[in-house]
Amino acid sequence: MLVIKDLKASIGGKNILKGISLTVKPGEIHAIMGPNGSGKSTLAAVLAGRELGEVTGGTVTYYGKNLLEMAAEDRAKDGIFLGFQYPIEIPGVSMVNFMKTAVNEQRKYRGLEPLSASDFLKLMREKKEMVEIDSKLANRSVNEGFSGGEKKKNEIFQMAMLDPKLAILDETDSGLDIDALRIVANGVNKIKRPDNSFIVITHYQRLLDYIVPDVVHVLYDGRIVKTAGKELALELEEKGYDWIKKEVENSIMV
Amino acid sequence: MNGISEVTSRYLYLYKENIDRISGMSSPYINSFRKGAFERFSAMGIPTKKDEAYKYTNLNIFFDHDYKSYFIPETADFIKAEEFRCDIADLDTLGIVLLNGFYPTINGKLHQLSNGVWIGSLNEAALKFPELIEKHYGKYANSDTDGLVHLNTAMAHDGVFVYVPDGVKLSKPVQVVNLVQSDEDMFSQHRNLIIVEKNAEFSMIICDHALSPNKFLTNAVTEAYVGENAHFDLIRVQNEHNAACKITHTFIHQEKNSVTSSNNMTLHGGLIRNSTYHHLGGEGAETSSYGLFLADKFQHIDNYVSVDHASPKCTSNQLFKGVLDEMATGTFNGRILVRPDAQGTMAYQRNNNILLTDDAKMDTKPQLEIYADDVKCSHGATIGQLDENAMFYLQSRGINKREARLMLMFGFAHEVIQNIKIEPLRERMDNLVMQRLRGELSRCASCMVKCG
Amino acid sequence: MEKDQDKILNDVTSGEYKYGFHSDIETERIQKGLSEDVVRIISAKKNEPEWLLEFRLKSYRHWLTMKMPSWPNLKIPQINYQEIIFYAAPVQRPALNSLDDIDPELKRTFDKLGIPLGEQKHLAGVAVDAVMDSVSVKTTFRETLAEMGIIFCSFSEAVREYPELVRRYMGTVVPYTDNFFASLNSAVFSDGSFCYIPKGVRCPMELSTYFRINAANTGQFERTLLVADEESYVSYLEGCTAPQRDENQLHAAIVEIIAEKNAEVKYSTVQNWYPGDKDGKGGIFNFVTKRGICKGENSRISWTQIETGSAITWKYPSCILRGDNSTGEFYSVAVTNNHQQADTGTKMIHIGKNTKSTIVSKGISAGKGQNSYRGLVKVLKNASNARNYSQCDSLLLGDKCGAHTFPYLEVDNQTAIVEHEATTSKIGEDQIFYCNQRGISTEDAIGLIVNGYAREVINKLPMEFAVEAQKLLQISLEGSVG
Repeated sequence: MLVIKDLKASIGGKNILKGISLTVKPGEIHAIMGPNGSGKSTLAAVLAGRELGEVTGGTVTYYGKNLLEMAAEDRAKDGIFLGFQYPIEIPGVSMVNFMKTAVNEQRKYRGLEPLSASDFLKLMREKKEMVEIDSKLANRSVNEGFSGGEKKKNEIFQMAMLDPKLAILDETDSGLDIDALRIVANGVNKIKRPDNSFIVITHYQRLLDYIVPDVVHVLYDGRIVKTAGKELALELEEKGYDWIKKEVENSIMV
Repeated sequence: MNGISEVTSRYLYLYKENIDRISGMSSPYINSFRKGAFERFSAMGIPTKKDEAYKYTNLNIFFDHDYKSYFIPETADFIKAEEFRCDIADLDTLGIVLLNGFYPTINGKLHQLSNGVWIGSLNEAALKFPELIEKHYGKYANSDTDGLVHLNTAMAHDGVFVYVPDGVKLSKPVQVVNLVQSDEDMFSQHRNLIIVEKNAEFSMIICDHALSPNKFLTNAVTEAYVGENAHFDLIRVQNEHNAACKITHTFIHQEKNSVTSSNNMTLHGGLIRNSTYHHLGGEGAETSSYGLFLADKFQHIDNYVSVDHASPKCTSNQLFKGVLDEMATGTFNGRILVRPDAQGTMAYQRNNNILLTDDAKMDTKPQLEIYADDVKCSHGATIGQLDENAMFYLQSRGINKREARLMLMFGFAHEVIQNIKIEPLRERMDNLVMQRLRGELSRCASCMVKCG
Repeated sequence: MEKDQDKILNDVTSGEYKYGFHSDIETERIQKGLSEDVVRIISAKKNEPEWLLEFRLKSYRHWLTMKMPSWPNLKIPQINYQEIIFYAAPVQRPALNSLDDIDPELKRTFDKLGIPLGEQKHLAGVAVDAVMDSVSVKTTFRETLAEMGIIFCSFSEAVREYPELVRRYMGTVVPYTDNFFASLNSAVFSDGSFCYIPKGVRCPMELSTYFRINAANTGQFERTLLVADEESYVSYLEGCTAPQRDENQLHAAIVEIIAEKNAEVKYSTVQNWYPGDKDGKGGIFNFVTKRGICKGENSRISWTQIETGSAITWKYPSCILRGDNSTGEFYSVAVTNNHQQADTGTKMIHIGKNTKSTIVSKGISAGKGQNSYRGLVKVLKNASNARNYSQCDSLLLGDKCGAHTFPYLEVDNQTAIVEHEATTSKIGEDQIFYCNQRGISTEDAIGLIVNGYAREVINKLPMEFAVEAQKLLQISLEGSVG
């Protein structure tokens, strides 16, 4: 469903992604790990269409379409969901209005009638229960005054509402206590189906105890330097990133 | 300033020409203010950009003009005015219509409700309740910085009078519909006096509308006295056309433990200046001053707010937000004054503005003047565009750019609107603002006779 | 506890001004009062060229048409300009070739102020131009600097030696018509410092001017001109003190800075003019116009000021951000104690594209002091992507003082982001108690808190002066908290 080939991107003239290739098939969970500053969040932003910097090379194909040419909202309507590392507070915009607009835009894109108010509220209720979020959160303005954990849970709730084909979770685990982490992970596991995929970006292995990846990639200095099964995550947890850095540097030396 | 400007002399002349006629129609007590006020106005003149309080507002466009009609209520029109009804669904109010600053003559000019509340014409009340008028009239409306307040005192003689006795809680808001209508360009000045006695509760909505396309200039003063432990909410909805200029001066005096709010919702108008003065005159008083303005074309919206913490342990909160489109310009001038003995003051002020085009302009001047030490005061002001991160957040959820912009603007505005306590009005405002933001005609259809 | 605080407050407020001595130096003065003749006399005393005399006369005539500004939030007593002596200079031998030629009393004075004029005893890496009353008495390290092409000398000398540079830049940032005090200064300025950093040179040491008012009944009107040519860098510091006298003395200075392409100028001030006694008697009226222009792209001007002295301060170090991508900064701590009044702040005028400005102002009011921040951020129509952030905090110590904030934000460009925040509060009793509970005395606690509050600004000072500034803060505030 998603094929990334030799993707390069720079921000403010500085090369951040230096040639990334990655293929995600339906039903797969990919974990992307790596030290701070390796380009993980930039990759997520580029895939979601955030105009932060410039894509300087490579291609991204999503169900045969050139993803890089699509506007952010069209990507979203086409089933790409980005779980933000730092969800944005939007005072004055209610969660209900926000989600209703998003859901109906998606339906319109897919040629469906907008949901009636009562169907929509029913959907909200269902999904709230599914991801175990406090129903009061949904009555407030988007993320306004939410705690860090509440914001992350709200991301998972939105993911459930929008039912994406490809969800990219950008360090969704950062700043979560163990209970919140469990709720987030359970949410993901409930949404998971054979026909949708996840890219889980994380710094720590911890989240992967709950969301079991099919493939683990290590991103370092703008490149994927190692790809292996879920055991790689454990190895990283144990040994840290330094051995990878050394391996990479050695290979450059050679 | 050297000598009297040409614009000012127009109004000096106007006074001299009409003062006998005006006095002839008014109560002696109201008349007793005229000469002094006229002298102060003569000394101060029509404000110019050289006056700090009008630094960014040019009044001459409206003041330097030959208005044809001034002070004469035309009885024929009153019938029309009486027929005017505001039809916001579920908004149950006690309606009053002022036409060109005058209270309608038909059906009597002063009513008493069963709970003892008096509503009616100020001019009539001044004759009927001289002791009340003497206690309150002219006591709160004063300004060292604005000659227009004195111009009003010198010449105004009618407007709305409301008296809410001790402990009476009026469940319905009073809605004053200020209509201006004339076949000729018109200048009018009215004067409202609101007395909310102790433990009473009262809210008032003032809707401004222009019913004919002429050039209108209105210079209105409202004085409100809010007694101990009383509650008073004032909401202004301004929806006039681009040839209308509205200058309002609102003075709210508060006694101990009283709670008030003021909310200026400006949707349309050529030039609008709202000056709101909050005088916290008793310990523990609280006030909130809100404002929202949406402007486009060549409109100019100026909000001036002064909160005077004259007593200890008072709380004030200001929130003013503006969205400026096309060539519109906006000004915010907010002042918090904490007097030496006003210990335990909490005062906050925020002004956020969004410029939508390169030709829009915003000048803001939030000010703190603090003479006591046990205070918590802060202010913040921003001028900018919609938050790019928020835009992307919405877009990443599949919401298109146009809709995302609208939602953010609406959210921006809603932060002010949500403070309106009267639900049907709040919903109506949300609605109107959404329509206005969508570029659809946002004339208060319900509140308007078809005025084009 | 309340009582203790009051007592400490009192003790501290009565902290003595330690630079209040007066030196007995033979001084040459001209008659008091101001007239065209006086302007001519000053110019003649300095052997000035005709063009400069013309400039002075033009300024003087313009000044006559002006009025004292009434907009500041200050109570300024009537100043009688006919009672002021506009030129006073320590008598010196004509040629000043070595340190030995300086009047020993003069040297002692500067030693006492902690400003050694001898290079062997120099403050680590600081070149000093010492100005007493109307003239510069000694500039150190000139030769070392000259090797790099840096010109650092008194203003009068610059007029003689580098007239073309002076003519090219003087009055271009602060025109003689700018304001009442700038016009006055342009008419009667006596001396000051001149500094030129050539292309591509990073000035290796701090340059500094030390201003001292000594003579009685005089005004001080110095003028500083600082030009940083392309790709250059300089950090400049000025300090000021004056004797303790019962009458007010006027100080009306001008500082002009020009930063060309890619140049960076840091200008720091530690202003400690005599503030008057605790009843408000005496003290300096400090009415100063300071302005810099970021003329070239990517240039940067940064003002840092620690204002603890003067009876009245009226001062707005400003930046005109004309070059694209240029940056202006203003960091200020202003203390008003006893009867001191300050109306100070900055103007950031965004003209070029992508220009940035930062304003951090920390006001501290104690005693009966009145402290106002007044600032303008103006974004012109073509200044796309301008950014400003302003933070203006006020701290109140005691219930007789005042803290005021008057920001003006004028934005005429849609792409601008301008943010202003301000808070006003007193030192929390809970903060003091927390310190007390950890064994810190109330006085020390206040010192700690105030220094913490001002740290953001003090950190911007060159190291040697940061320590000095910190001490100064403590002295000017000691015991002023209730």
